[in-house]
Amino acid sequence: MSEATVSGVPPRLTFARWIAALAVAVVAWGVAYAYLTDFADAIVAGVGLERGTHFAEAVHFFFYDTPKVLLLLTGIVFVMGIIQTFFSPERTRALLSGKRLGVGNVLAATLGIVTPFCSCSAVPLFIGFLSAGVPMGVTFSFLISAPMVNEVALVLLFGMFGWKVAALYLGMGLLVAIVAGYVIGELKMERYLEDWVRAIQMGESQAADGTGMNWVERFEAGGRHVKEIVGKVWPYVMAGIGLGAAIHGYVPEDFMASIMGKDAPWWSVPAAVLIGVPMYTNAAGIIPIVEALIGKGAALGTVLAFMMSVIALSAPEMIILRKVLKPQLIATFAGVVATGILLVGYVFNAVL
Amino acid sequence: MKNIKVLGTGCANCKTTLKLIEEAAAAKGVAVQLEKVEDIQDIMSYGVMGTPGVVIDGKVVHAGGIPGRDKIDGWLA
Repeated sequence: MSEATVSGVPPRLTFARWIAALAVAVVAWGVAYAYLTDFADAIVAGVGLERGTHFAEAVHFFFYDTPKVLLLLTGIVFVMGIIQTFFSPERTRALLSGKRLGVGNVLAATLGIVTPFCSCSAVPLFIGFLSAGVPMGVTFSFLISAPMVNEVALVLLFGMFGWKVAALYLGMGLLVAIVAGYVIGELKMERYLEDWVRAIQMGESQAADGTGMNWVERFEAGGRHVKEIVGKVWPYVMAGIGLGAAIHGYVPEDFMASIMGKDAPWWSVPAAVLIGVPMYTNAAGIIPIVEALIGKGAALGTVLAFMMSVIALSAPEMIILRKVLKPQLIATFAGVVATGILLVGYVFNAVL
Repeated sequence: MKNIKVLGTGCANCKTTLKLIEEAAAAKGVAVQLEKVEDIQDIMSYGVMGTPGVVIDGKVVHAGGIPGRDKIDGWLA
């Protein structure tokens, strides 16, 4: 923990410096957020465009939405990076161990939001949970919720459609994860785990569970999280907003209405779910498509079903899970989650 | 010589971790024996739930993400 600069490693900030830097950053963030419209106005005026034309509105849209979403993303991802230091997978597992179906499913789905998770860790996590006495149905609730209900999806939905859609997505995503996990648990399918999984002797966990971290380390984790997430998703965000701005004038407003709109045939929701399965992308990649679909007359329920299907029911993740689950259990998992997503789609289309 | 194992099923983060350790060791001139553990059953035997994980001389020192450069330098010291 020395302050010296060794081979290109920047010196560590002290706690006081972190607080000072964060205070400056928060003020700068607030000022920038307050002047978003003025910034976009200035750009449009600066390049000599007349407001009111299609092109000028598209440019304005782009230069308003891009900084707004990036600001939201940076802020939330930093905070989430800090929150995640309190919820390592080891800690989450300890919290879920021995919990009964029902309460356990609700807790697991909720912890799925704040526990750091990467789909490449799905298998070790799955086995780690089971071997520590977390019931299988509860483990599934976590595995469904963790990728589907994440901060990037929520921030993008909030930035592009407002807090109502973001809150609906959060609520429905949690509901699907809770109910699907509960149903899988009630079906008592433990015998459809691969044999080696049931026989495995999990090594004693030696990894630190994050409880002993100091605040400087937590701030650093937040900073790394921003670098990792925002550094990865910003091109998707720019491309998505650019796409949204560009197609504004060229694709008819009701282009999607006949096949994905409110009055589309009943099979439009299952079709959206099916199309979503072979697609594999993260939340940042899918939201631009969602925005384009909704902008062109697709119904919100159908689009949310599509989005959930892409994120929660991806073919590559099934292939990873196949290493630990027998085909019957994979099929049940896919069937139960797909049914939940279908219901979400129909309910939204009916209510909104 | 330190024996360093990177645990991971082959995702991008695992490869990055391996490369970072390689670079750090080269920069410091420390000789290490780097190994990649990709078999899921072997990974589980270390009790790691998040990949990439890092094991040095049989002891898990890190799990669940790309380690920071100062952390890596600390292992090599």
